Parts: sequence; C-alpha cells; structure tokens
Amino acid sequence: MTAQYTPMGKLARPGVPLIDGIDKVTGRARYTADLEHAGALVGRILRNPVSHGEILRLDVSKAREVEGVAAVITGDDCSLTYGVLPVSMNEYPLARGKVRYRGEPVAAVAAVDAATAAHALSLIDLEVRELPAYYTSANARAPDAVLLHDNKAGNLERAVHHAFGDVVAGFAAADLIREATIDCAEVNHAQIEPHAALADYDPLTGRLTMQSVSQVAYYLHLMLARCLQMDESRIHMIKPFIGGGFGARVEVLGFEIVTALLARAAQGKVLMELSREECFITHRARPQTTTRLKLGMKRDGRITACECEVVQRGGAYAGYGIITILYAGALLHGLYDIPAVKYDGYRVYTNLPPCGAMRGHGAVNARHTFEVLIDRMARELELDPFAVRRANLLKVPTRTLNDLMVNSYGLGECLERVERASGWRERRGKLPPGKGLGMACSHYVSGASKPIHWTGEPHAVVNLKLDWDGVVTALTGAPDIGQGSSTMVAIAVAKTLDLPLEQVRVISGDSELTPKDNGAYSSRITFMVGNAAIDAATKLKKILIEAAANKFTAPPEDIECAGGMFRVVHGTQSPLPFADVVKLALIDEGTISVKGTFTCPPEAQGGKHRGGAVGGTMGFSYATQVVEVSVDEATGSITVDKVWVALDCGHAINPLAVEGQIEGAVWMGFGQALSEETRYLEGLPAHASLLEYRVPTMAESPPIEVHIVESHDPNGPFGAKEASEGALAASMPALIAAIADATGIDFDQLPVTPDRLVEALVERRRRARLATSRTAAS
Amino acid sequence: MQDRPPPTKRIVRTRLNGRWREDAIADNLLLVNYLRETAGLTGTKTGCDGGECGACAVLVDGVAVPSCITLAVRCEGRSVETIEGLANGGRLHRLQLAFHERLGTQCGFCTPGMIMAAEALLRRNPHPSDADIRQALSGNLCRCTGYVKIIESVHAAADATP
Repeated sequence: MTAQYTPMGKLARPGVPLIDGIDKVTGRARYTADLEHAGALVGRILRNPVSHGEILRLDVSKAREVEGVAAVITGDDCSLTYGVLPVSMNEYPLARGKVRYRGEPVAAVAAVDAATAAHALSLIDLEVRELPAYYTSANARAPDAVLLHDNKAGNLERAVHHAFGDVVAGFAAADLIREATIDCAEVNHAQIEPHAALADYDPLTGRLTMQSVSQVAYYLHLMLARCLQMDESRIHMIKPFIGGGFGARVEVLGFEIVTALLARAAQGKVLMELSREECFITHRARPQTTTRLKLGMKRDGRITACECEVVQRGGAYAGYGIITILYAGALLHGLYDIPAVKYDGYRVYTNLPPCGAMRGHGAVNARHTFEVLIDRMARELELDPFAVRRANLLKVPTRTLNDLMVNSYGLGECLERVERASGWRERRGKLPPGKGLGMACSHYVSGASKPIHWTGEPHAVVNLKLDWDGVVTALTGAPDIGQGSSTMVAIAVAKTLDLPLEQVRVISGDSELTPKDNGAYSSRITFMVGNAAIDAATKLKKILIEAAANKFTAPPEDIECAGGMFRVVHGTQSPLPFADVVKLALIDEGTISVKGTFTCPPEAQGGKHRGGAVGGTMGFSYATQVVEVSVDEATGSITVDKVWVALDCGHAINPLAVEGQIEGAVWMGFGQALSEETRYLEGLPAHASLLEYRVPTMAESPPIEVHIVESHDPNGPFGAKEASEGALAASMPALIAAIADATGIDFDQLPVTPDRLVEALVERRRRARLATSRTAAS
Repeated sequence: MQDRPPPTKRIVRTRLNGRWREDAIADNLLLVNYLRETAGLTGTKTGCDGGECGACAVLVDGVAVPSCITLAVRCEGRSVETIEGLANGGRLHRLQLAFHERLGTQCGFCTPGMIMAAEALLRRNPHPSDADIRQALSGNLCRCTGYVKIIESVHAAADATP
C-alpha cells in the first residue's frame, strides 16, 4: 500500500491520500441514497407549472385516497419560512398563496414506492391564476412591474452603495479611463451526486434523525427545528458521504425540510431523491450578472480609481442574495492596492429558480470584468499585463479601504512563477496564428470571519479523545464534502503531536457526537477548524508531556515529544514510547478529552459600514493563471492547450489535496468560460440535464500545471490559508485575454461558445471588408 | 403502484462479480436498480436522469455500459462486474490503488463509474495514451478534479503490474 509519492505543486514535499479514500475507490462509501432504507417510504414533490401566479385551488384529496400513500402535504402543513439569512427568510418549504418560479414545490407525497408516489402526484388538482413574469433583471425592475414580494419595491432584494476613497480625484489623476460592460451567464454547481435526504421520524420518542447532502448540517438542524416546530434536542443530524457541493448545499434546501415534514406526517422513514432536472431547478448557484466597470489608470499601469455597478438576476427568493451582492463589491478590494473604489450593487428578484452561493461566491463575475478591463487597458497603454499587476501590488500587512485585514500576500510570487513557467516573456506575441496567451489574477477569503448565525461562540471547536488503545480520535462537525477536510484535521493533529497519521481517527458530522460546526462554506474549514485542531492537540500534548515529566521526574519544559517518543532533552534516561505515556496519563484520570477552539478576532471581522462584515476574513488566498489557447476560426472551437496556475495558500497542509483543489477550481472556471450556461424558455429550464448543461468532459479539459506558493500567514494553521476557491475567478479573464491575443476579438459575454465565436469572426470579416471597400472607394 | 398490476417478472441468471445468481426480475427493472436494490451493491451510483454522466458504469461481459439505461433482464447469462468486485485477495485493484494514492477521487461519487470505465479501457488497451484515456472516459463526468489526476491515475495503473 505504500507508494512513491511525487512532490506536489512544485513543492519539495509530497502529500498524503485522503483518509477516506479507500472507501471511495472501493464503492464502500455510503452517500445519502446508499444508506440503509429498508421499509422507507419514497418521497416525491409536485412542482408548480407556471412562472408566477396565485394558487386558487390545491386539492390533494384524491391523492390521499390512493392505496400505499402514507402522507400528502402542502403549504398548509408548514406556515413558517426558511432561509439562510435571518433577515431574509422569505421562502416556504411548500408554496403558500403564491408561486414565483416554474418548478417551485407545492405539494409532496410519501408512498410505498416511486410508482405509487408518482400516481398520487398526478391526482393532485392545482389551479393557478397566472401573473406577469420577469426573466431578466431589467424587466423585473421596470417601473410598472408587478412585485414578486410585496415588501420589496422595484423587485430589488438589496441595493448596495459603497464608496471608499476619493473616486473623483482618482479618475482626475488617471491618464486613461475606460469602461466595460460584461455579461456572465448563470451557471450551476452540477455536483455529480444528486440531492437526497433520508428522514426518520420515530413517533414513539418524538425524535427525528436526518441524513442529508447538506454542507452545513447546523443550519439544517436550525431550520428543521423552526419549520417543524420541534425542540433542537429532538433532532439528530448525521452526515453521510457527500458527493460534492461547491455551494449547492450551503443553504438549507426546501426539499430537505419537505422530507422531514413527510416523515413526521407519515410517522416513519422517508427517502427523497431528486432527479437531475430537479437539482437544476433547486439551483442556488451563480446568478446571471451584468457588470459595468470603469477604471482609471496611470501610464505606468497604476490603477487610480474604480467604479463598478453589478446587477445580479437573483431568482424568485432571497436565499444568499444579500451576501452575494455584497461580496461582489467587497472583493473588488484585497487583491490590488486601489486608492478609490465606488460600488453599486443591485440584487433583483425574477421569476426563475433562486440563485445562491457557488465557488468564489459573489466575487467571480466582478473579478472577471475587472481583469478583462485591465488587460484591455494594458494593451492600449502598451504595457505588459504582468507589469500592470505588479504596479498595483499591496504592501502587507495592511487593511484595505473597506477595512479587510491582509497579513500575508503571495501574489507577487504567483506572478513570478507562472510568468516563468509559461515562458510568457519569450513566447507572448510570437505564437503562430490562431494561438494566444492570456493571464489574470484572483483571490478569495479563507472563511467568512463573521458567521451568519452570530452567537458569540468560537468560530470552530474540535474535541480530541485519547483512550487506552492509544488512538487519538478527533471529533469535528466540519463536513468533508470531497475537499479533504477530515484528512486536513487528521494531519493537523498528527503533526502537532508528531504521530503517524494512522494514529489519528476523525469522526465528523454527527450532532450527537461532534461539536457544532458552521460547515463547509466560504473556505473556512482549513483556517478555522485547522487552528482549532492544532489548539486541541497542543492541549493534549501538554497533558502527555506532564505525565512523561512525572515519570522522568524532570520539569515539563525539558520534555521533548517527537517521532512518537517522549524524552528528556539532554537527559540520559531511555525515551518513553507514546503508548506508555498514554497509559501513564490515564492513571487516576481515565479517558482524556480535550477541546480546542478558534475565534476570529474583531479586527478580522470586516468594516463597520452596513454590510461591512462581508469580505472580512483571516486571510486571502491569491492566484495567477496563464492560459494558452488555440482557436479554430472555421468551427469556432476553442482549445485550452495548457494552463499554468500559481496559488498562494499560505502553507499546503496536504500538498496533494491542495493541488487537487486548485486543478478543480481552475477547471470549473473554464466550464463557465467556454460552455456552461443555464437557459430558460419562459421560465422553463431548457438546460436541466447533464447533456444540455455542458460541463467540460475529459476530452476537452486542459492540462493544468500547478505551482503552490507559500506566504505563511501569521495566523493560519501552520501558516495555511484556503486553496479551493481562490484560483477559479482567474480562469475566465485569462481565457478571454488569450482569445483576444489569438483573434483580436474582445468578448463581453460569457460563455464564449463556438457559435458566439463564429458570429464574432463573421462580424470581424464583415467589418474588414467594409473597411477595405471604403479605402478602395476613397 | 398498488392499483395497477405489477410488471411481469422472470428468473434471470447473471454472473455478478464472479458468482452466478438467480433473481426474479421485472421486465422494466434497470440494471442500476437491480444492482443497488436487489443485490445491495450501492457502489454503482445514479448521477443523472439517464445516460448523461457515467456514474453508473459497470462492465457487462467486459464492456463498460451505463447501467441506468440498461435493462437488468438483458444481462441474462452474462457477466456483470461492479466496483465491489474489483478488489480481491485483500488487495486493492491497481486502478483503485492509483485513484486513492494520486487523488483521482475527491468527493468519490463519480469514482466507481470512472474506475469501471477505465478498467474496460485497460483490458482492451493496456497502455493507453493521454488521448486514448480522454476519449474512453469522456462519457464519465467528474466535477471535482478537473480530470488531471484521474488521467494520471489511469496512467499509473497501466504502468503497474495487474
């Protein structure tokens, strides 16, 4: 089972395979749909067929009469809203009164089998009076538009207006001022595991056991207690294996609450598996975004001012919307040193499935626009795109204009690394026709330093248990959704105690065993849970050192713990093995339990202005990408020949996993750049399958060369920061720059599909002909 | 469904992971559901609404097929291999080892199908090129890895002794 691991990410050290990897490669890993569910009822949801309307009649009596149907529920069964943000919970698990998007759940059935459930759904009589529906932000914001939510004038969920620094003076000082308006299509997470939940209500004890695909079981626990009006103590949350998330499961999803409602109504166990089409309808992903950006630049490439307007087509309900629109503005800061930034953001309600958080939450489309525009301005000023970035580097430690803390900053080294590795200086401008090189930068938070449900608790808690068998068991609520967080916890504990990794076990995500955790979102786990794990292991080490010191009759500060052995520094006594010290420590004490915590200090929690907490973090990851493309002018197909990416993750706790995360993030960005796009026909999703929604296949995915940069954040666990999201946002602008380099065409729209490219090429030829004929005529 | 007659069933004999078995199988039962529900082998996954993602790939007579669009009754008298049948003698199969050690798996949901499709490739082409791998596995979607380490894993497995 041992192998020669190759060093990862151009570091001198390898990583380790995931501690749950064997379960995954053998098929033993049990995801929600694989859980034991003998005797469980099958849950199915009836979805509304119109984009916007008033429910006139919902008659479920015939469905209830079907033999084998155990429960039928509607909006009447839950009059409480749910949502991720306490300030904007405006969605019911099953619609009440109004429906606001096509596919919104209106009723649900639990039956003995899928066919019976489907038959029962077909007998439900639903009558809806249609209302005008809006599929674009502009239409929804029109003065005479009908309101989706009565309390939200102009169908605006939130308007954000932030200004920092003197923008007028900034533009006055600029040598070049340019604008761009860029449209990014809505995309979807498309995690390969479809949504599923298994709810088991025991009528004898009044307890609910919930297993689900959630990235944040704690939110789901809260919302189940709220919507089912159950005491939190009666609910048991267990996390199975989770087949990816990327933000899809950060919010509580309505179907999860519906499954629990059905289980209680049926007084039993219900398994709900959503189809792929239903997963697309559930959505909660990156919104269609129009970004209008104006930048001022000095002749040497220094940015003097930034004015940015972002309009996000948010869909029918609030979800994460307020945070998404705040992130778009907040993360204009923190990558470069810009003296003045004005931001106006508009989150708009439309009659489409609700958007939410997706990898690079909120920041991606604004960053794309920003990088694209500075690339164009660099060209106009005849500056190298690398030089423009270098002219705007931050000096750390610093606080940004909007009060974000930056203590470590490896962007300069990222630039160096990919510039050299890609042969940028030698090759740029000298590639054969149809080929191009482009570059861009990006960054992302290592965890939101202000949790959504602010309770005053630490940001992370890890418990360690050590017993007579010598195993250190780490108990964490942090959900491993494939990113390798359980392995990270194991490494953090093993490294602190200098033990072999096999000596540490991780139990995660069981509310009866593991401490509460805020979950897998905003790339928080490595920084926060990693630090809590180190804190716990340090406390455990202290206990063991004291036990060894007693035995050696030496002061604890003279005891060294290394390589699984305890010894007196400069002493002559034979060292004690770990197992012996554990037995000594257990005398009079028994099983040892310690707790480690991590809390983000107030100075890391963002600005004091309204919405200022969004963007606040302990540290940012930084990334640079260089992309090489070939463009086939006949077919419009774009081949990404190679990607060079450097990411500053502070310190790579597991270089193998860090490299894997970077590759995945870069690749996901290329999907958004080249092929991924949701499409609705009068609100009907026309993309809702993995054939229509074009996730890149292996055939068209590029080789990715990863360089890990380590800036050693002073507060990070072993100096680490996040590695999963920061690289994504550079993919699209680097690609657009490469296409511009190859073809001379500037794209203002994503994705750049072959038909859009062909259209642009035809237009370019038409203009060239026109220009030639004009010259000939004159 | 309770108030309609159930579909007819027939006795079907298949060689599942090397062992012959007989089951009463409804004519409309999909192979993926036979494997997961009748045989209890949940390693084979459903990731889409039919033939889109490759997560359900299994081998039928050595050929990778999407079990979510294959009828179980079509496997009468044939050999069916799933992820659960790969490791034997207390050792991981070379593809499993490579995917584990080289992080060809992240969330793991596409992994069983990916490994079975790769196994079919290696049986017919023991030393595939990058292009061969990309072509053979292009029907298997992964959302975590960007495929880089999957391709590396397949190469590593091909280089290892079977």
